[in-house]
Amino acid sequence: MIAFWVTLLAISILLYVLLDGFDLGVGMLFGLTRNENNRNTMMAAVAPIWDGNETWLVVTGVILWGAFPTAYSILLSSLYLPLLVMLAGLILRGVAFEFRNKTERMRWLWDSSFILGSFAASFIQGLTVGALVEGLPIVNGQYAGGDFGWFSPFAALCGLGLCIGYGLLGACWLIKKCEGEVRERAYRLVPYLAVALLMFLAAVFAYALAENLRVIGRWLERPYLFVFPVIGALSVFVLAFSVRFRHDDVPFPMVILIFVAAFGTLAASFWPYIIPFTLTIEDAAAPQSTLAFMFWGEGLFIFPILLLYAVINFTVFRGKVQSFAEHY
Amino acid sequence: MDALALLLSRVQFAFTISFHIIFPSFSIGVAAWLTVLETLHIATGRPAYRVVFDFWLKIFGVAFGLGVVSGIVMAFQFGTNWSVLSKMSGPIQGPLLSYETFTAFTLEAAFFGILIFGRDRVPGWLYLFATAMVTLGTSLSAFWILVNNSWMQSPVGYVLQNGVFAPDDWVKIIFNRVVWVRFPHMLLASFLTGSFCVAATGAWYLLRDKYNAEAHIMLGWGLGLAALLVPIQIFFGHLTGDFVHDLQPAKFAAIEGRWHDEQPAGEVLFAIPDEAAESNNYAITIPILGSLIGSMSFDSKEVGLTDFPRQDRPPVLIPFFAFRIMVGCGLLMLVLAWFGSFLAFRDRIEESRWLLWLIFLSFPLPFIAILTGWFTAEVGRQPWSVYGVLRTADAVTPFLSARQAAISLSTFGVIYTLIFAFGVFYINRLLHVGPIGHLVKPPLAAVPNRPMSLAGQGLISDAELAGGGERP
Ligand code: HDD
Ligand code: HEM
Ligand code: HEM
Repeated sequence: MIAFWVTLLAISILLYVLLDGFDLGVGMLFGLTRNENNRNTMMAAVAPIWDGNETWLVVTGVILWGAFPTAYSILLSSLYLPLLVMLAGLILRGVAFEFRNKTERMRWLWDSSFILGSFAASFIQGLTVGALVEGLPIVNGQYAGGDFGWFSPFAALCGLGLCIGYGLLGACWLIKKCEGEVRERAYRLVPYLAVALLMFLAAVFAYALAENLRVIGRWLERPYLFVFPVIGALSVFVLAFSVRFRHDDVPFPMVILIFVAAFGTLAASFWPYIIPFTLTIEDAAAPQSTLAFMFWGEGLFIFPILLLYAVINFTVFRGKVQSFAEHY
Repeated sequence: MDALALLLSRVQFAFTISFHIIFPSFSIGVAAWLTVLETLHIATGRPAYRVVFDFWLKIFGVAFGLGVVSGIVMAFQFGTNWSVLSKMSGPIQGPLLSYETFTAFTLEAAFFGILIFGRDRVPGWLYLFATAMVTLGTSLSAFWILVNNSWMQSPVGYVLQNGVFAPDDWVKIIFNRVVWVRFPHMLLASFLTGSFCVAATGAWYLLRDKYNAEAHIMLGWGLGLAALLVPIQIFFGHLTGDFVHDLQPAKFAAIEGRWHDEQPAGEVLFAIPDEAAESNNYAITIPILGSLIGSMSFDSKEVGLTDFPRQDRPPVLIPFFAFRIMVGCGLLMLVLAWFGSFLAFRDRIEESRWLLWLIFLSFPLPFIAILTGWFTAEVGRQPWSVYGVLRTADAVTPFLSARQAAISLSTFGVIYTLIFAFGVFYINRLLHVGPIGHLVKPPLAAVPNRPMSLAGQGLISDAELAGGGERP
């Protein structure tokens, strides 16, 4: 039962990162252009699906609470301020989709809330991962770091790293969904973002070595984990080729693969901890009666329906969005 | 534990959930109203029902969207501010809330699409079915939330194990008798919200002499449904009071403003309770009625607050007044709905403009009743978070600093105010545009999970927007 719920939790997190990742990325790239047509096209490329993507965050939250209440309680309470910023960011960018079209004079307000909200949410998500890798200050099962105990230069670096990663996902989504100028600009951005991402990964690696973080030790113990980085490296190659030869459909799946590889790497290095090196999955899990109650309804029936729905949603919305003017 | 952080967390929870509840209760009501309209449309074939339907569908979209946005915060707040509670009761509350999310999402996913796109693509009965399923989905949301909250009001079916509440009988938890009076009370409250908003809109159009056919439908049906529902609601209110009397005597005493044991007990209609002096000022009391309400007898002994040690008493002022405001709203609604329906039945309602004005102005009543009802229930539950087992002061995140709590409270204050202002402005514009008879044509990019986009339609004609060039 525990294994089942860990799997569902992992699937939800990964889906959230991949799906909301690209629309948060598009939100940040939105800041790079001032041209109203380009902006509208970019909006149209994510508007129909962003809400469904964000569903996976709520799903992750409630699975975490129901199946692993101890982890939910420690994580959410220790990351108090970062989560506040993330929620504020998500709310502000969420309403921007509707409100920016309803006003001309105030459009700047909703445009900036769209860009800043996307940036804030992405940054915090990366920062959280960084803080977890480094280890939250937890004493006797309780957070003991004060208001800013989660902060470290490394965590901030990870925040920036995820922004770059989401930006890359977003750019490749635009390549897939758009034509004309927007696609061209995205193509030109991808090499920069990809190189920045690689540099970031190298920096993280160097830092981890220098600080001798516990994660590194686990890698040396389990060399088979290196499949994940290898998958990642191969995807980078294919990505480079597809960008060089302008294959619109290839870059996005490749960046997805890079993310899956990174996620696999992280998950494997944390296993069997749910909060690295203080709380194991086993210890965080709710009693059997809780897990069973969740399993027989939502686990067995509703979760698959949600997955199916996500697939349908993307099939309905396939193909390129029309370039602006006649659309929306 | 920091006392100020505790206070700020309570205020924050109260503020954010009060904000949230406004939209769900409205959308549950409007969803039910849409089902009624679609049934009427199929039964009579009258096109006016369809026009009214399309009009309310747009408003529903906006309210639903705002409910979703404000709900996301709720799902996180238990963990951030109430970490001890969420750890201890997570095995019970967590799954209940996850069922809420999961059922709502699935029904939303499957049937919202039909509601928005399906008008011309699916047979009429299927469209009606989809509308009904959306109503069911929103009501199920309310159901799980009420199961969850009822467990906190009257915890059953658990054992305390390694410091957490482990469920050992889900049947007891879900079929808690408290759930089955509070859930109908909440659901009826939402339906009443729908009816009164619909009736008020109808009255407003009649006052401005616009869209008369549609306005008649709204006014007549809104008042008629309310006339039917208010008495049932009052009955369930009474049953709710019964459970409080039996299971939460301190809350009941606070609601009644009863400081000392009385036999037979009087009923305080109005007073200004004084917590320090443990007595009421300016009290207007009816003898014996208290025993009658509490125990259906003429000479029962009713418990007073002073039977409980001070640290186990709830605050008195808020439950006492909140309860009276709720009941007052209920009685006002009863009068308006019955008198209005009577006149509407006689076809004389248009002549009495003052009544139309009253009905138009009455739309806040159900919202006020809902908020004060929850204030009664939640403040009256203090000082407990899980009644009788876990104190609120022990439930809060122990290391939360007042600084953090102040930052989050003010952030939510600013953001919610901004969104609320825009949302209300937006619904208001939809109401002004009125049921112009346009059918809802979804914008190209709209999909099921983006209901707010529906509302764009009515606004396209606005001059202000035409200049933007992005909406043809
Ligand atoms: C599932 C749980 C749940 C649900 C559905 C509600 N509440 Fe609640 N409420 C709580 C769980 C809770 C809580 C987490 O248990 C709080 C926070 C601190 C406390 O003592 O209770 C609380 C506190 C709380 C307070 C402050 C009481 C005090 O601290 O003195 C108010 C005024 C409300 N709520 C109002 C509402 C409203 C208007 C609701 C309608 C939607 C509502 N609550 C639904
Ligand atoms: C602590 C209490 C609550 C929590 C944690 C909570 C959580 C949520 C969340 C996360 C959403 C967004 C779902 C989405 O994205 O679609 C939502 C929406 C909604 N909530 Fe709440 N909510 C609470 C209280 C209530 C209450 C008291 C009611 C009604 C009685 C209610 C009814 C609804 C409805 C009808 C919606 C919109 C429709 C839907 O998505 O289901 N909620 N809520
Ligand atoms: C007029 C007679 C009414 C009576 C006697 C009554 C009684 C009560 C009582 C005793 C409670 C507290 C329950 C608790 O502590 O858990 C309550 C709560 C509540 N009431 Fe009423 N009520 C009445 C009318 C209304 C009306 C007209 C509405 C809304 C339109 C309403 C909405 C609510 C809500 C939303 C709650 C909080 C949820 C709950 O605790 O069930 N009530 N009511």
